[in-house]
Amino acid sequence: MYPASFEYYRPKTLAEAAALLGRHQEARLLAGGHSLLPLLKLRLASPPALIDIGGLAELKGIQARAGALTIGALTTHAQVVSSREVAQHCPILAEAAALIGDLQVRNRGTVGGSLAHADPGADYPTVMLALGATMTASNGQATRDIAADAFFTDLFTTSLQPNELLTAVSVRSYGKGTGGAYVKHKHPASGYAVVGVAALVTVNGGTCEQVSLVVGGATGTPVRATAAEQALRGQPVNDATVGAAVRKVAEAIRDPLGDVYASGDYRVHLATVLAGRALRTAAERARA
Amino acid sequence: MATIFGTPVKRREDPRLITGQAKYTDDLVEPGMVHMAVVRSPYAHARIKRIDTSKAAQMPGVLGVFTGKDMQAAGMGNMPCAWVVPNSDTKTPPYPAIAVDTVRYVGNAVAIVVATDRYLARDAADAVQVDYDPLPVVVDAVKATEAGAPQLHAEAPKNLAFHWKVSGGDVEAAFKQADVVVRETIVNQRLVPNAMEPRAALARYDAATDEVTLWVTSQNPHIVRFLLGLTTGIPENRVRVVAPEVGGGFGSKIPHYPEDAMVVFASKMVGRPVKWTETRSENYKATIHGRDHVQEVELAAKKDGTILGLRAKVWANLGAYLSTASTGVPTILHGLMLSGVYTIKNIHEDVYGVFTNTTPVDAYRGAGRPEATFLVERMVDLLARELSMDPVEVRRKNLIPPFTDGYTVATGLVYDTGNYQAALDKALELADYQGLRKKQAEARAAGKIMGIGVCTYAEICGLGPSSVAGAVGFGGGLWESAIVRFHPSGKVTVMVGVSPHGQGEETTFAQIVASELGVPIEDVQVVHGDTAQTPMGWGTYGSRTTAVGGGALAQAARKVKEKARAVAAHLLEASVEDIDYADGKFFVKGSPSKAKTIQDVCLMANVAWNLPKGMEPGLEASAFFDPPNFVYPFGAHIAVVEIDPDTYEVKLVKYVAVDDCGKVINPMIVEGQIHGGIVQGIGQALWEGARYDEQGQLLTGSMMDYVVPKAEFFPKFELGATETPTTVNALGVKGIGETGTIASTPAVYNAVMDALAPFKVRKVDMPLTPERIWRAIRDAQRS
Repeated sequence: MYPASFEYYRPKTLAEAAALLGRHQEARLLAGGHSLLPLLKLRLASPPALIDIGGLAELKGIQARAGALTIGALTTHAQVVSSREVAQHCPILAEAAALIGDLQVRNRGTVGGSLAHADPGADYPTVMLALGATMTASNGQATRDIAADAFFTDLFTTSLQPNELLTAVSVRSYGKGTGGAYVKHKHPASGYAVVGVAALVTVNGGTCEQVSLVVGGATGTPVRATAAEQALRGQPVNDATVGAAVRKVAEAIRDPLGDVYASGDYRVHLATVLAGRALRTAAERARA
Repeated sequence: MATIFGTPVKRREDPRLITGQAKYTDDLVEPGMVHMAVVRSPYAHARIKRIDTSKAAQMPGVLGVFTGKDMQAAGMGNMPCAWVVPNSDTKTPPYPAIAVDTVRYVGNAVAIVVATDRYLARDAADAVQVDYDPLPVVVDAVKATEAGAPQLHAEAPKNLAFHWKVSGGDVEAAFKQADVVVRETIVNQRLVPNAMEPRAALARYDAATDEVTLWVTSQNPHIVRFLLGLTTGIPENRVRVVAPEVGGGFGSKIPHYPEDAMVVFASKMVGRPVKWTETRSENYKATIHGRDHVQEVELAAKKDGTILGLRAKVWANLGAYLSTASTGVPTILHGLMLSGVYTIKNIHEDVYGVFTNTTPVDAYRGAGRPEATFLVERMVDLLARELSMDPVEVRRKNLIPPFTDGYTVATGLVYDTGNYQAALDKALELADYQGLRKKQAEARAAGKIMGIGVCTYAEICGLGPSSVAGAVGFGGGLWESAIVRFHPSGKVTVMVGVSPHGQGEETTFAQIVASELGVPIEDVQVVHGDTAQTPMGWGTYGSRTTAVGGGALAQAARKVKEKARAVAAHLLEASVEDIDYADGKFFVKGSPSKAKTIQDVCLMANVAWNLPKGMEPGLEASAFFDPPNFVYPFGAHIAVVEIDPDTYEVKLVKYVAVDDCGKVINPMIVEGQIHGGIVQGIGQALWEGARYDEQGQLLTGSMMDYVVPKAEFFPKFELGATETPTTVNALGVKGIGETGTIASTPAVYNAVMDALAPFKVRKVDMPLTPERIWRAIRDAQRS
């Protein structure tokens, strides 16, 4: 548990951080450290330099405006859990954040760190994909927006360029008529999602107007259960229609991951069960 | 005066532990201290072709790089197996601390590096180049004994370390008479002990005196000293072993480990104190594992549920080498307990101890008795299912009746005292068993999956009579000793040979002494863990610390009291027979005002101005206690589970434990031991399990993969107790450190299988993960 030696930088501004990242191609960014430090200690990663972005005030905080919520990359999970803005505009995020790790992890781990690390067992990627979130990246000179479905490219891989930092993520607010739910089967040891399902359902007069259903944990990146969404969209929301939709969830999952705790087959089974729970809860909340 | 014996005194250990002031081995810093890192094999089985240490040796801060050959050249001996069970044809192949020509498990040491700090030591260890020639691997104990399996040791054909048998009665006849025979193959899976503190060792070798001090995370420093003499060649009287604060062991800190010898060797080589602290990753690979049995079991019974006989064949996976106590665990501590709490007259078991390319296996909390209790309790439940009887009724039919003067079971053990019906009745009442069965019927009607599991158990602990230790091949004694020393001021220091490491005996031992001598508990200091300060003792394991060490302590205290009585009689000018003692005062019978406090007596004994003629000064006594028998705590546990009908996650909704450990010194500490034990046992049933792939790579090598139970997994436990004192020691106390672990695995497993009965599922291998239950139900529905 003794990392190899590395250089350590603690920039004060985004521009400085980006410049450092430009100079040190093999450097890793350090935010909450909850994914990176274990890798260093196990010597699974031995970057020559760490750029500690913990001091970048411009990456912190949650802002609500004009139907959208923007969350700075350095916002901790605990801040998401307790944010009034999140509770009001996008409660599914708080529901997911509350299920991450334990209190210590939530106090240190960050939204941006989790998204950029793109662990298949992480919770935010699933929810962000369901929300159709937009990631904002910066190389110090320019910023660009990346849609969630273009952001997660593979296991532990995103479309961020080597010289880019993830600075914020934005999601649309949802309110009356729409409900969201994130349901997770926690790995009993790690607390990561064996499978996590995020659902957003808009109900109007008993009919499902809009639905977004995403499964995480089962595959390298979260996947949208398109066939299940199609089956439910435009239908009255009831046990039969939700059941029919849920039966199509498996179609979305190709080459599921498997480990000692849960095989690919069981993950598909879990995805099906949890999708049903997420859809029902989301629909109930939409009606509330 | 109300005695302090039996009261829930707060643990005096806790303030320093909770506030981080306690000093563990890794907290210790010696002047000039340097650090050791271990190069470990990434292969489970390979020949070492070449080790190139040249690059590592030149790295910054490196003081030395050493291999197994270097250790041999320095005259260091192999790691000893300290328990060779008789009549078992036990093979003890060489176990060098650092592999010399062959590595036999992932994590086997191949070289060590000593450097000025930990980081540099690790860097240099990574730079040691080892060329391996991989060999075929076997990780499964049954497969390892089959023809054509890869062979680990030339000395052990078919990878058999031993074949041990136990027989009582006439098993063949019992099976011939049987109306019904139930059979099962039980896998008692491999577990990782996961003590909160990993292992650590710090050696300071003094060339001027040829003395060495080893600070080490040990449960038994005196045994380590004894064995270190063998591995290092340094005479025992020049070795001091200190177990400072030790953060749990669960058996994993019993063995004398290769790293103990390595740090002593390294300190001698570099002439500086050398410290090694295990990383958690190393802990998973290089600290012993527990359990790992495959058991083929048959139980013969009459139609009315009377058990006639039990027959079993067990493959015990011992890993790559024989760890210190490894051979005794699946034999003496397992096979002799197959009668459980029942009158099973006919028992036969064959145990095959098997070498595999895995981490060595040794004692883990319960050590052998969990494997025996699970076996028996599972078979009893299967019998109940076969006969459509309530599992409680089958148990009642076969329970040994209450006894106070010994009960001999078929395997030859003589249980000390027991009242198994009383414990079972109390547990049933606490759980409202009939009410639970009613609830279960309702739950099933409503489509829910609910199960109730029962375990009635007895276990062997308080190890034990030394004559038995010798007869069963244990390489040491099992007595204990204690010194009680009154200082002139009346304060007391107690020195004990046992070595508690979290169990709270600093508190309970002070309670024993305060009760025996009438001194305030605050005035009693308990010293343990340092061979230079404490008398010989065999250590803390096998729930023996209080039953044996406490027994020695009570004897020493009583000796002191008798001397004090003689001094008091002299001072009060009365005869010894006329002196009574109460509330810390000696007084003349019938005239309580003519009294001397024990502190008065103590001062006079220490200044020795006026002692009875011929009496030695001082007020101190030492006592040795070799128990005449083991102790056999017992009880009944009841678990209630609900299973999610879609995901098949098991939720433990109720847990009732009634345990009988004889007299209780501190009920709070006893409850704490029971709680922790239950959690660890349920861990085995539901979550824990070390898994290797076919290449011998540990797939569960971290706390991200290996499920150490968390508080949130459990309901509040409901505890009850009965009290059946033992006659084996002066205090009437039995052991309580392992009962929870022994009883809770079968209780919860039986509950889950009870829940799954409507699905015709009767077996799922542990841990009972949701996926395994899902598959079992699916398979049962398909067939």
